[in-house]
Amino acid sequence: MDSPASYFHWGFILISMPNLLVIAGMIVLFATALIVPFPHGKEGADGRR
Amino acid sequence: MDADKPVMVPPVAGKPASWTLRVRQAITRGLPMDHFLPDRQPYYVGSWVYVFGVVTLAALAWVIVSGVALSFMGPQWWHDSSVGRFFNSLHFWSVQLFFIFMVLHLWGQYFMAGWRHGRAATWMIGVVIFGISILTAFTGYLSQQNFDAQFIALNAKDAMNGSGVGAFFNVLNFGQMYGLHVMLLPIGVTFLVVVHVVMIRMRGVVKPIDTEGVAR
Repeated sequence: MDSPASYFHWGFILISMPNLLVIAGMIVLFATALIVPFPHGKEGADGRR
Repeated sequence: MDADKPVMVPPVAGKPASWTLRVRQAITRGLPMDHFLPDRQPYYVGSWVYVFGVVTLAALAWVIVSGVALSFMGPQWWHDSSVGRFFNSLHFWSVQLFFIFMVLHLWGQYFMAGWRHGRAATWMIGVVIFGISILTAFTGYLSQQNFDAQFIALNAKDAMNGSGVGAFFNVLNFGQMYGLHVMLLPIGVTFLVVVHVVMIRMRGVVKPIDTEGVAR
């Protein structure tokens, strides 16, 4: 924990691994939210739930 | 008799003279109770993408609760006692979640073009909230009362001076940074978040693009 973070370096892209992991996790979470079905309640007469 | 009943002024046709009545009528027109506290949502709201905004609000609530405790107890408490360190961590990690889910909410609204159909002001207020939140987080790093805060302040001062704001935004002035962090900026964020949510309640959630052909 006291040592400096390692860095990912690819061309002009330079980012610390912790920041890269957070961004990758956010992209995975965003994609998951689009794919995973949302539990629906019973539909009302007006077509709303 | 009705002697104990208050005497009411009879309503006059046309524009009411009473400003309280005008405000009440405007609120009733713009934000009826079934919009303010809805029990049902359109079918297309059934997606986890719509949860990101609510999680951001929940994280903000924890930021405020833990921040109030920290400001009340003071730096010695949040550095030296185990409970204080717990609240310090609670404040830090709830801010991390606040920013992560705020950005996920931003991505969701960007890809569904959430500014359509009269919602531009709602979008712009969200942008301003994002900006003020960054400033609040920055002044929070300066308010930690440790070597990290000193290191950040000493390095940031040149950027502030270089951008021309150093004269009235002095990162080496702890009192100014702390006052901004615990008072003015949180009030700004919280007020604008309330306005943001009320505006969403007034207009409802934007329809998906594919339900109307081409997005306007």
